[in-house]
Amino acid sequence: MKRIVPIILASLLTSVLFATGPVKLLNVSYDPTRELYQDFNAAFAKYWKAKTGVDVEINQSHGGSGAQSRSVIDGLQADVVTLGLAYDIDAIAEKAKILPTDWQTRLPNNSTPYTSTIVFLVRKGNPKHIKEWSDAVRDGVAVITPNPKTSGGARWSYLAAWGYALRHDNNDDAKARAFVTHLYKNVPVLDSGARGSTATFAQRGLGDVLLSWENEAHLALKEFGADKFEIVYPSESILAEPPVAVVDKIAAKHGTTEVAKAYLNYLYTDEGQEIAARNFYRPRNEKVTAKYAASFPKLTLFTIDQVFGGWQKAQAKHFGDGGVFDQIYQAK
Amino acid sequence: MSAVGRKRVPRTEARWVRWVLISLAVGLTIFFIVLPLAAVFIQAFDKGWAVWQAAVTEENARKAIFLSLMVTGIAVPLNVVFGLAAAWAITRFQFKGRNLLLTLIDIPFGVSPVVSGLIFVLVFGAQGWLGPWLADRDIQIIFAVPGIVLATVFVTFPFVARELIPLMQSQGSEEEEAAIVLGATAWQMFRRVTLPNIKWGLLYGVVLCTARSLGEFGAVSVVSGHIRGLTNTIPLHVEILYNEYNYTAAFAVASLLSVVAVVTLLLKKVLEWKTREART
Repeated sequence: MKRIVPIILASLLTSVLFATGPVKLLNVSYDPTRELYQDFNAAFAKYWKAKTGVDVEINQSHGGSGAQSRSVIDGLQADVVTLGLAYDIDAIAEKAKILPTDWQTRLPNNSTPYTSTIVFLVRKGNPKHIKEWSDAVRDGVAVITPNPKTSGGARWSYLAAWGYALRHDNNDDAKARAFVTHLYKNVPVLDSGARGSTATFAQRGLGDVLLSWENEAHLALKEFGADKFEIVYPSESILAEPPVAVVDKIAAKHGTTEVAKAYLNYLYTDEGQEIAARNFYRPRNEKVTAKYAASFPKLTLFTIDQVFGGWQKAQAKHFGDGGVFDQIYQAK
Repeated sequence: MSAVGRKRVPRTEARWVRWVLISLAVGLTIFFIVLPLAAVFIQAFDKGWAVWQAAVTEENARKAIFLSLMVTGIAVPLNVVFGLAAAWAITRFQFKGRNLLLTLIDIPFGVSPVVSGLIFVLVFGAQGWLGPWLADRDIQIIFAVPGIVLATVFVTFPFVARELIPLMQSQGSEEEEAAIVLGATAWQMFRRVTLPNIKWGLLYGVVLCTARSLGEFGAVSVVSGHIRGLTNTIPLHVEILYNEYNYTAAFAVASLLSVVAVVTLLLKKVLEWKTREART
């Protein structure tokens, strides 16, 4: 035993100091992308090996989008970030200054290789007849959604509800606020991330409707059985754009800039888009979109730029300290 | 305590009161402890032995187990050294700040583990006090193994010291003084007199410390960064599996921790008995 300890310590030290072997990438992502990146990482590693002969090992970290952003700001060594919404990458650019603030212009489609939206997951047979956003604010309907302060999906859900109200009530901000206040009065529990809320709804059986990422709703059907739940598409919802970016300074330090860029670009290829579509993310590529059209019912999707003037504005007004969400949730 | 207080109070309760109280206590124990523990094992072996084995030998699980063992292997010896030093100082010497030291040792007991984790983020994080200095030298503490070790050492800090202090206090220092008078060196005295006297208490502290190191979730979760295969300890791996709808695997890995808990309990009982024997 006495002999083993120094050997272990020495080997640990050398493995830390002289890391050899495959190139390593760390992808810091948000909650619902676990299955997506499991598939995608395997495909990319194969592609990269064939192209360059180099082995690449991609490590994953998942959590609520806001919490993950915070970790990268505090020093989590992410070569790439693939988060739930643009503001969380903006925050990294502003606070840690490890990537430029115009990061979103560097890749096509606002650096968003796939999109999603917010849909309703209800119990089989839809016993409470929830078909539209206006049904979710009715008295006696229990709504499950995570905390917008920590979860990206929850912020998209909140903005989807607000946007729906604006568009159905002559852009009246006060009425939209009342609508969203009603909605959150119906929320019995706020989990910190999308996964937690899905478990609350599906596993623990709480609530009548889960405001869910489209991909997360499909996954829940797959995991828990299509005989227990069904997905309801409201007439309109928000176009959720989960963006991706290379974290310049960290990738440069690790010498992984080239492979990190190739990794993100690969998301835009036919194969990358197919993997996204198979995991229920809406692809950008028209060919792949057409192929998977049956998986993605058409609905009116408004963007955050159209309705809220972009993430910076929406974040400051709704989710900042003392913002609208704080006011309506405290008033509860 | 007064003499009256120590006297045995005669049993005046009616039979049914006793019966209700006992069944209440037994019922609650079964409901809150036995049932959940049984549920863990039932879920773990829900899909059979092969699935259980696959779950605990899968690559990320193996790495999580290795990391937890490594962190424990560092944290426990550190705490043994510290615990011995602190208990020695506090029970054998009178000095200014002795009470302060006693209080400080207890801080990790009083602080929520999440706060313990955040303390390290504030100090060593990229935006923290030492962050820029560490970054310039390319030293990674938070979101890497050193951070996990630090957080674990912090939360397990009091276990050994807290166990040894009362034991050494009750034993007094006469035997040690005798050894010195008879010409023993300090090391001889420690090895031949002090250590044999406190060994059961020390082991008891080590057992508690080990159990907590393996099981710590909150503080480690804050500083880990949750990178699969790199900075995930056993409890964090359980959470990940659970969040991936992989319930059987989650409970399989959790069953390992439950085994640790049961073994700890047994060792604790044995050591408690040995310690009491040593004290009398």
